[in-house]
Amino acid sequence: MTGAETAQVVLRLDRITKRFGKLTANDAVSLDLHRGEVVALLGENGAGKTTLMNILFGQYTADEGRVEVMGRALPPGNPRAALEAGVGMVHQHFTLADNLTVLDNVTLGTEPLWRWRSDRSGARAKITKLAADFHLSVDPDAKVGSLTVGERQRVEILKALYREARILILDEPTAVLTPQEADDLFATLREAVAMGLSIVFISHKLHEVMDIAHRVVILRHGKVVAGMATADTDRHALAAAMVGSDVSAPKVNPGTPGAPLLNLRDVTTPDRGNAPGLQSVTLALRAGRITGLAGVSGNGQAALAELIGGLTAPETGQIALDTADVTGWTPRIAVEHGIARIPEDRHKTGTIADFTLTENAILESYHKPPMSRTGWMNWARAEAETKAIIDGYDVRCPGPEARIRLLSGGNMQKLILGRVLEAAPRIILANQPVRGLDIGAVNYVHEQLLKARDRGAAVLLISEDLDEIMALSDVIHVMSEGRLSPEFARGTMTPAALGVWMAGHGFDEGVSHAS
Amino acid sequence: MDILDILLSASFWAAAIRIASPLIFATLGELICERAGVLNLGIEGIMVAGAFAGWMAVYSGLGLWPGVAVAMVVGMGFGAVHSLLTVPFGLSQHVVGLGVTLLATSSTYYAYRLALPEVTSPPKITAFQPWEIPVLSDIPLIGPALFSQTPLTYLAFILVAVVSLVLYRTPLGLALRAAGENPAAVAAQGLSVTGLRMGAVIVGSGLMAVGGAFLTMSAFDSFFFEMVNGRGWICIALVVFGAWKPGKALLGAVLFAAFDALQIRVQQTPLGADIPYQIFLMTPYVLSILALIVMSRRAEVPAALMVPFNKGER
Repeated sequence: MTGAETAQVVLRLDRITKRFGKLTANDAVSLDLHRGEVVALLGENGAGKTTLMNILFGQYTADEGRVEVMGRALPPGNPRAALEAGVGMVHQHFTLADNLTVLDNVTLGTEPLWRWRSDRSGARAKITKLAADFHLSVDPDAKVGSLTVGERQRVEILKALYREARILILDEPTAVLTPQEADDLFATLREAVAMGLSIVFISHKLHEVMDIAHRVVILRHGKVVAGMATADTDRHALAAAMVGSDVSAPKVNPGTPGAPLLNLRDVTTPDRGNAPGLQSVTLALRAGRITGLAGVSGNGQAALAELIGGLTAPETGQIALDTADVTGWTPRIAVEHGIARIPEDRHKTGTIADFTLTENAILESYHKPPMSRTGWMNWARAEAETKAIIDGYDVRCPGPEARIRLLSGGNMQKLILGRVLEAAPRIILANQPVRGLDIGAVNYVHEQLLKARDRGAAVLLISEDLDEIMALSDVIHVMSEGRLSPEFARGTMTPAALGVWMAGHGFDEGVSHAS
Repeated sequence: MDILDILLSASFWAAAIRIASPLIFATLGELICERAGVLNLGIEGIMVAGAFAGWMAVYSGLGLWPGVAVAMVVGMGFGAVHSLLTVPFGLSQHVVGLGVTLLATSSTYYAYRLALPEVTSPPKITAFQPWEIPVLSDIPLIGPALFSQTPLTYLAFILVAVVSLVLYRTPLGLALRAAGENPAAVAAQGLSVTGLRMGAVIVGSGLMAVGGAFLTMSAFDSFFFEMVNGRGWICIALVVFGAWKPGKALLGAVLFAAFDALQIRVQQTPLGADIPYQIFLMTPYVLSILALIVMSRRAEVPAALMVPFNKGER
């Protein structure tokens, strides 16, 4: 978009400063957004993006600086004023009520509370028109709980449009979408821009930023470090500006696969509530190879992770370790055979928040020598081990006696990684190992996984991020509704082709792809 | 007289509707609280306090309707205590609820002793008398059952419709339900979750107290401490039975009351002579538990029930 410079400024953040104690989360941040423009706000975790948007939206009050919408200053600390001025925010964690219908969610808070009737038919007509104008197809009478994640996001956008937002703020909007859904979202956003809306797009994903944004503003440690038109830059330069040094993703050489260490043959597990179980899954994890598992979350990945971790046994089918069939599959057998897990949710199942680093580091080894003997803990040994992990894996922390809840997600993950890898496992189950981490930490985790692979471990990488899967995996499978696609060799599939499998197509046609 | 005769008698249904009335008030009150996301276990004590306050007001010379209003205000006061502790302070709803029940019951006892230090048996008041609705009360069976009741019973039935309308047809009701489903969604629209939840608990507690007042001012004409006798806990179960919907909760209340009215009458049949009466006293509860199991299996619990909301937290 040329001529953005001459277009009207719809949003101006003027030297916003926000301090939390000693930490300066935003340091004199200024930002202009023009009519019909998409500005990407790029930055690592903790760079201050969310703080800035919370100030704009009135959830925090800035210490200095002011926010202007359409040339008028917004009163600080008042979400209602931001809404009424035409700012709509699509949060990363949706603010929708599952048991209410789409119509209810969209109209919530749009009418004065003390009215004897709400205008349902008028609201319905308006939603239908907006949905048609912006290609946001969604059934107004469906309960939100029954919608897919992509549809829920459409409801969030509808909510903003329904309130006649002129400025949309999208916080990591593609984190939960399939590639096709992301394309649909981008189509909607282009439509919105064509109608004169302006968009602030917060993202980690550089290719999306290059794709949708006209301008990029990069935040680092609370300061604006660069601002440029996307036409004048490239992904590499953006990544460098974001972390402040020239970072490059680890170089990935193809692995040299060895013997299969774990074989699943025709394994079926029962469904669990809404989440499907495995449907006759056949999978071989080979030594020295990273097997990537792509798919939208909730399609059986959890069932597979639980199966390999020993938490569930197959209903039908066989598990073989090396070449011997296993009966009576339990977590203990899994651990004894060198299966290590990097859990999906490091807060919930990976660590115990109020335990120290030392206690967390030995969670999987405390019950056996050398950490304990004859029922007594050997704390000196445990602490020495933890110090080794802290040094070896660059865990930034006050010390081994600190409670782990004080650590950032990246450092927490490094400790888990150290705990897992120090045991020299033969099989590594890495479930969403870099979710929510910044680029530096992501690269570090990836490097370590590649090292483990080169040492001869079999790695199963489960991720919703196709870029990650495609960069690291020697072979890729796609999971959809509990079914596993054939094996695709590195470089044989495009994201779009994988997306087709992710959406559940291809399984029934018996199409065999090159592998 | 066998059971079929009982079921076809107008007096049986009139009794069932009368027994159901206090349950309807209190169940609606609890339902409003829970729809906004707050479990109010203060219900039992608030009903005791309401029963006393309404009766005492009339005994001290106020009219019947002002008495109902006094009961309601007293209930709202306890509701204010409950909601202050559970909503802005975010304390455990179980502990606060039981605390309010104990507080309300014991302060009622205290007030009773203070007001009537000398009496051995509580004095009587002139309670609400039945209103025969012209024409409708002449319909066989239904007339005496539904249209020859006291005005508070009519009010209970009207309130079911009113609460239903407000919950499902007004912006306020939508905001209230959303506060019980996902308070963050409410806050993101610039509405006050604290205000909505506190308001719901205060109004709901007022209705519970009116339910209690029904016992002293309509079903009976005097006050005893044992008269609420677990009805508050029954109402909590009725909210679940009704799947948090006013209409279904009304159905549940009438059903429970019918079981209760039935067991009293069956005790007087030849069958009752052979079986210990405790068995009969037990049946409404047993049948209610069975009905609860059947009815509530697919109920949609408000997703944020008992989840305190702190602004600025995920």
